[in-house]
Amino acid sequence: MHGLAFDIAHFLAGGMVVVSFLMLYQDRLSALINVFALHSLVLVLAVGWQATIQDAHHLYVTAGIALVFKAIIIPTALHRIVRRLGIHRTLEVVGGVGLDMLAGAALVALAILVMLPVTATTDALAREDLAFALAVLLLGLLLMITRQNAVSLVVGFMSLENGLVLAAAGARGMPLAVEISIAFSVLIALIVIGVFLFRIRERFDSVDMQAMDTFREERRK
Amino acid sequence: MSLPLLLGLLLIPLAASVYAVAAARQPDCSRRVYGVTLAVAATGLGIALAHLLTASTPETLKLPLGLPWLGAHFRLDALAAFFLIVVNLGGAVASLFALGYGQHEKAPERVLPFFPAFLAGMNLVLLADDAFSFLFAWEFMSLSSWALVMAHHQDPANARAGYLYLVMACFGTLALLLAFGLLAGTSGGYDFDTVRASAITPGFAALVLALALLGAGSKAGLVPLHVWLPLAHPAAPSHVSALMSGVMTKVAVYGFIRIVFDLLGEPVLWWWGGLVLALGGITAVLGVLYALMQHDLKRLLAYHTVENIGIIFIGLGLALAFQANLMYASAALALTAALFHILNHSLFKSLLFLGTGAVLTATGERDMEKLGGLIHPMPWTALAFLIGAAAISALPPLNGFVSEWLTFQAILISPELPQWLLKFLVPAVGALLALSAALAAACFVKAFGITFLGRARSPAATQARETDRYSLAALFVLAALCLLAGILPGLVVDGLAPVVSLLNGGARLIPQHHQPWLTLVPVVDVKSTYNGLLVLLFMALSGTTAAVLIHRLASSAVRRGPAWDCGFPDANPAFQYTAGSFAQPIRRVFGSVVFQARERVFMPPPGDLRPARFKIELHDPIWERGYAPIAHAVVAVSTRFNYLQYLTIRRYLSVVFGALVLLLLGMVLWR
Repeated sequence: MHGLAFDIAHFLAGGMVVVSFLMLYQDRLSALINVFALHSLVLVLAVGWQATIQDAHHLYVTAGIALVFKAIIIPTALHRIVRRLGIHRTLEVVGGVGLDMLAGAALVALAILVMLPVTATTDALAREDLAFALAVLLLGLLLMITRQNAVSLVVGFMSLENGLVLAAAGARGMPLAVEISIAFSVLIALIVIGVFLFRIRERFDSVDMQAMDTFREERRK
Repeated sequence: MSLPLLLGLLLIPLAASVYAVAAARQPDCSRRVYGVTLAVAATGLGIALAHLLTASTPETLKLPLGLPWLGAHFRLDALAAFFLIVVNLGGAVASLFALGYGQHEKAPERVLPFFPAFLAGMNLVLLADDAFSFLFAWEFMSLSSWALVMAHHQDPANARAGYLYLVMACFGTLALLLAFGLLAGTSGGYDFDTVRASAITPGFAALVLALALLGAGSKAGLVPLHVWLPLAHPAAPSHVSALMSGVMTKVAVYGFIRIVFDLLGEPVLWWWGGLVLALGGITAVLGVLYALMQHDLKRLLAYHTVENIGIIFIGLGLALAFQANLMYASAALALTAALFHILNHSLFKSLLFLGTGAVLTATGERDMEKLGGLIHPMPWTALAFLIGAAAISALPPLNGFVSEWLTFQAILISPELPQWLLKFLVPAVGALLALSAALAAACFVKAFGITFLGRARSPAATQARETDRYSLAALFVLAALCLLAGILPGLVVDGLAPVVSLLNGGARLIPQHHQPWLTLVPVVDVKSTYNGLLVLLFMALSGTTAAVLIHRLASSAVRRGPAWDCGFPDANPAFQYTAGSFAQPIRRVFGSVVFQARERVFMPPPGDLRPARFKIELHDPIWERGYAPIAHAVVAVSTRFNYLQYLTIRRYLSVVFGALVLLLLGMVLWR
């Protein structure tokens, strides 16, 4: 592997982890969605670079799909949802940012510790990519369980999916058909989730998960 | 050419199933479906019979179905052909019976689609030649029979039976899956040819034997895995009960034979035979003891299935013990006995279940205490049932006697075995076998006597009518086969010879068909022989002579007088001997130990107007000591974890996240 090509790939994949950390830190929904768009954009660059250095043209399609759907359509749609729900100005309580950051750092360390020994036989690029992808995935999950708002949950889920695409691009494994179908299923998931968000708001006057939990507790009793 | 024909034939019942889903409510559908299954089963029977009697080499076929790297392998050898005969004979007769019986079905849409599928599934198990096809067909058979058990699911007892059956079937398949996994080894050769060729260490081989006993034994009804059988078999409609009890248990035995005798191959260790023998002996005696305590006719028959499976496994265990000591001639005798009993049991158990079905249609009752006197309205059913009862009680000249006699012949050779444990174990098992045969006779005296003799104990029994002609035809086909196999056993033994030599390294019994007077000569240096034909002739002659003499010599004057009424002038049918009172002596002798049977008599003091009461308390030791604790433990654990059902979405995500992190950490630390 050429030094520079490897460094750039490494830089872009590492960039995704950094942007994931940025997402953990955001307490306003609009900002969170913007950072998610940035996350997707870095993914597009990373996948595009992989396409160039691996000389794998189908990865360009992957990158294109990611650009159109994840960096443009989904963030725009989420912005519109947030605006229509009227929660774009609300501050979300992010409990203990410092603690979250520490947990995130620990997760990244865990991802590297897991992936590097397992992939000892593959080439360096794939190893780094897989380790970063696992880190992005774990950070997405962390985002999902630390947030109260249903929209943040959706963003966490999408960033988790970005991690999966990164892994697939690095491992040179995933066929294009699978990639396209995943992209569409994510889009459909977004639509379904969007519909549900509005339905939930109609029922409960809120998309705050805690409010729903208390409601459920009452119903159970 | 037979194999592709058979496989193509199996598509027809599947198509019939699809048709039945669409048209089950139409009035003629039942007749059409059973007509098709009758034709298919009869054709299958013919092909299998032709293959067993004429072909010497197995046929194989590989179809591009199933797992892509494996394909679906099929094979028709002598063993499969023999079991195909058993399955399709049972299937054909059950279909014939159902041509009449199926008209009374209240929910045909719950029976018709599954019956042909069940039949096809059983056929497919026998033809499968790789682990995947085998297990697929096995599960297909289990699930379609489960659907048939649940046909009348409104009855909570049936729903419970179905649930228990499903649990035990899953458990059995799991055991078989593990057995095939061990057989395939690390190379993953799942087709049976590869398995046969590959060697396996003795430890693994013993494990495979144990798993095969668990997997096939749970389906066949080997004690202590039999608990589902007496509940599930009677729950289905009677022609399905006949198939499940008479035929599906045989498919399970086939699974055991295929794995242990064919796939495992050499070398066989002597204690395997001891283990199978001991299990068979216990199963035989416990099965018949349970049966004696039952007053539900179908459940009594189901427990007898357990007993007969025990007898079959005694034969198989003996064969394993002889093979381990390289005594192939003796092993051939034991194997012949087991296979013969498989055929016999499929004949008379189907006959008895179908007879019970006829009684059930005529009276709507399965409880013997409410039947009685049925020989008057239903003479033909009674005759067929009597033949079946005599056959299962191992009375000559019927077929049950021959196979049990052959088993005893094999037991009598056992002193030649070198291992001392076996020298003691085999006669003990022989005693158990003799005991179970005697108890079975007692049980069927009870079953026939209480149901068909005496006077009707309920209005339903008084209004019974003879069953329809299709059902009678089915009953008499089976009764005739019972008699034929009993008086011409030599021909059956010759027919079984290819199967025996396939499983026994080429050794078989000496050819029987040119023996004088068609005598059955199991071992060359004649110790004992049996001739069913002569026995029949003797019985017919002596019986006729006695009848003639009595009619000639006895006084022909008719005397009329009052019947002795035991001091009860009001001759109420309830004063008759009941099934419970018939079984009482045996319950007192064996039940107090095995079932902790207690009799409680409540006598009200003088002046008290309450009726006296007699209560019997029975405990099922296997259920109470074996299954109930497991069930309690499962319930306790799941109650403790029940709160996991009510978490919030974030908690669920946290659980997933925590589990993922823990697993990853484990991976890091383990390395």
